[in-house]
Amino acid sequence: MNGFINQLAFGWYPYLAVTVLVVGSILRFDANQFSWRSQSSQFLRRKQMVLGSNLFHMGILILLFGHFVGLLTPVTVIDRLGIGHAFKQTAALVVGGLAGVTAYIGCTLLLHRRLVDPRIRRSSSWGDILVLVLIWVQLTLGILTTFWTMQHMDGREMLRFMNWANGILTLNPGAPEEIADVALVYKLHIILGLTLFLITPFTRLVHIWSAPIWFLLRPGYQIVRSRMPLRKRFLSPTHGPAGGAPSYGGDTVMRQHTQEGQTT
Amino acid sequence: MRVRAQIAMVLNLDKCIGCHTCSITCKNVWTNREGVEYVWFNNVETKPGIGYPKDWENQERWKGGWIRKKNGKIQPRQGAKWRILSKIFANPHLPEIDDFYEPYTFEYEWLQAAPELQAQPTARPRSLLTGEALDKIEWSGNWEDMLGGEFAKRSHDCNFEGVEKEIYGQFEKTFMMYLPRLCEHCLNPSCLASCPSGAIYKRAEDGIVLIDQEKCRGWRMCVSGCPYKKIYYNWSTGKSEKCIFCYPRIETGQPTVCSETCVGRIRYLGVLLYDADRIEAAASVEDPKDLYGAQLGLFLDPDDVAVQEAARREGVPEQWLEAATRSPVYKMAVEWKVAFPLHPEFRTLPMVWYVPPLSPIQSAAEAGKMSAKDGMPDVRSLRIPLRYLANLLTAGAEEPIAAALERMLAMRSYMRAKSIEGRIDESIPERVGLTREKIEEMYKIMALAAYEDRYVIPTTHRELEEDAYALRGSSGFGFREGTNGSTTLNLFGGAKRTPKKRYMDAPT
Repeated sequence: MNGFINQLAFGWYPYLAVTVLVVGSILRFDANQFSWRSQSSQFLRRKQMVLGSNLFHMGILILLFGHFVGLLTPVTVIDRLGIGHAFKQTAALVVGGLAGVTAYIGCTLLLHRRLVDPRIRRSSSWGDILVLVLIWVQLTLGILTTFWTMQHMDGREMLRFMNWANGILTLNPGAPEEIADVALVYKLHIILGLTLFLITPFTRLVHIWSAPIWFLLRPGYQIVRSRMPLRKRFLSPTHGPAGGAPSYGGDTVMRQHTQEGQTT
Repeated sequence: MRVRAQIAMVLNLDKCIGCHTCSITCKNVWTNREGVEYVWFNNVETKPGIGYPKDWENQERWKGGWIRKKNGKIQPRQGAKWRILSKIFANPHLPEIDDFYEPYTFEYEWLQAAPELQAQPTARPRSLLTGEALDKIEWSGNWEDMLGGEFAKRSHDCNFEGVEKEIYGQFEKTFMMYLPRLCEHCLNPSCLASCPSGAIYKRAEDGIVLIDQEKCRGWRMCVSGCPYKKIYYNWSTGKSEKCIFCYPRIETGQPTVCSETCVGRIRYLGVLLYDADRIEAAASVEDPKDLYGAQLGLFLDPDDVAVQEAARREGVPEQWLEAATRSPVYKMAVEWKVAFPLHPEFRTLPMVWYVPPLSPIQSAAEAGKMSAKDGMPDVRSLRIPLRYLANLLTAGAEEPIAAALERMLAMRSYMRAKSIEGRIDESIPERVGLTREKIEEMYKIMALAAYEDRYVIPTTHRELEEDAYALRGSSGFGFREGTNGSTTLNLFGGAKRTPKKRYMDAPT
């Protein structure tokens, strides 16, 4: 591939995509949390959703986690741990392959349902459809890569991707050179993956940030909100029966005292 | 003792005529928008019947409310926190919109726009979900109105538990009642407990349970978590919504819209003081039949000076304490024990209470089907309605229901003797454990039901809690329309977006 395009796609585009992902998500969260949601369509149509969504999400979470760990772990750490590159590639192929097929089946079910079911189709925004189509294409590309991966099982090819990702993370300008001459399908997979990062702040994909794992840490079950400042709790220390005239002068007097800096 | 106050509601089913004014006014104010066409924050059901959504009382199916574990602790029936999270990709207990009904409108424009035809133009129904024509409307918000439909379907009503349905079926239409339902604003809400985002909360000041629309992420666990199915998923915004107890009105001392417009004067609003420290224990008692009593035990006597002092320490305003002493809700629920919580066996400690209807007893007595004493029918001889009401209101305990019905009958015969025969019969109140003064107060509040007796609502003291300077320029209630520097107009002054769904702008 042309050197400039290679530099553009794998040297600069990653920074653009990740910057938009992070800054865009923060801005959207700050400006309009009301729009921040998973936009589930299960309520409108249960069919194909229970199976499709479970398969898709479980598969995609494994894939996401696998890509992060596999690509971003420093190569020296992998070597220090004594994990052979051939072994790592085989493990990635098996786990990723299974998760990929699982997510692919789920995504196909969900996409079919979104396009064909009139209720879902009519209530979908363009963004909802676009996201599903892009993920479906991305999964297709990802599964296709396994064919090329199996051509060289020694892990050399995978090492190049790790070096590239490590290089991007450590601001190494030579990073794009690492993958200049890998097969096209890998390159497309990477570009589309970065594009998914890029569009996340503008679509329903932001719900990934809100995975509610903190629910497990919530003390007890109930939540009570009070508008009263905690330290101002004790408003009237002495008082006769309710309904009678207060001995201290009432809320108005209390408020005046507080404003004048006196405490009761 | 940690005293908190709540504005609670009582509905006197004895006076409900099933006119649906409450539902309609509520709908027009709160749920007349895209995404919530199917939603009725307040709906009125005819009982016996399976209700709205279908079969909502069957928690074996929907997994709403709480369950008591073997170790005496309670947890949401859909599971502990990790179980709830495991269902997040697809909630197996979530109702589908068809369990409520597919919202529709009619082609009214066609009646005017039709060209000259051989046949009269008709307004066909059209789905508000797909915009397509519907051949047949199969179900709606109040499909079983006035015992509509066949008994075989209605007999799936869970409250027939322990009732010989066949006998009821033979005497079909011997009793019927209306059940207006809204969010119960529970003390131990299971919707709140099921919310993974922590978006649902209970307000400490007035006990209203709300969903923070900014924080809701649409994980939809609350919909299955609420046993009353009073949380609704807005398919358009992707957020859940629920009855807000008209809090903008309550805060200014006005009754909720459903109460304000009730033509039968059946609704009451008043302050209840409760002990927040004992909520968990009250919700965890072993026998479901004891739950009604346990919940009564949470409410504190507003006339007790010690309670008042404790309430002040928790920041309950003076005006609220005064209102609590005049609360019609406290009188009916705690003093006279004629109002009951709806399905206490769900263990959510609901705060919208119901006075059971006398109509089944009255109609049986007039038909000579039951024994009477001094013109007062023997409530306990009428097994079926008693059992049915007990299943509805006290988890099956018949004694409190019978006692309440007797008190209401006693009120009638005492007042009949007083106003028609001109005689004060002290023995009538005594027989049901009341005094002459109490039964006359009951009459004043329950029968005459003047506006100021029904609604004793103290205002919220926002001025003590908010910094008005920081709030200047904000638009108050709303979904940030027209704020944040954005407008609904495009660059050239036209509408920014054309409505995306042609048939969905029609009001429902």
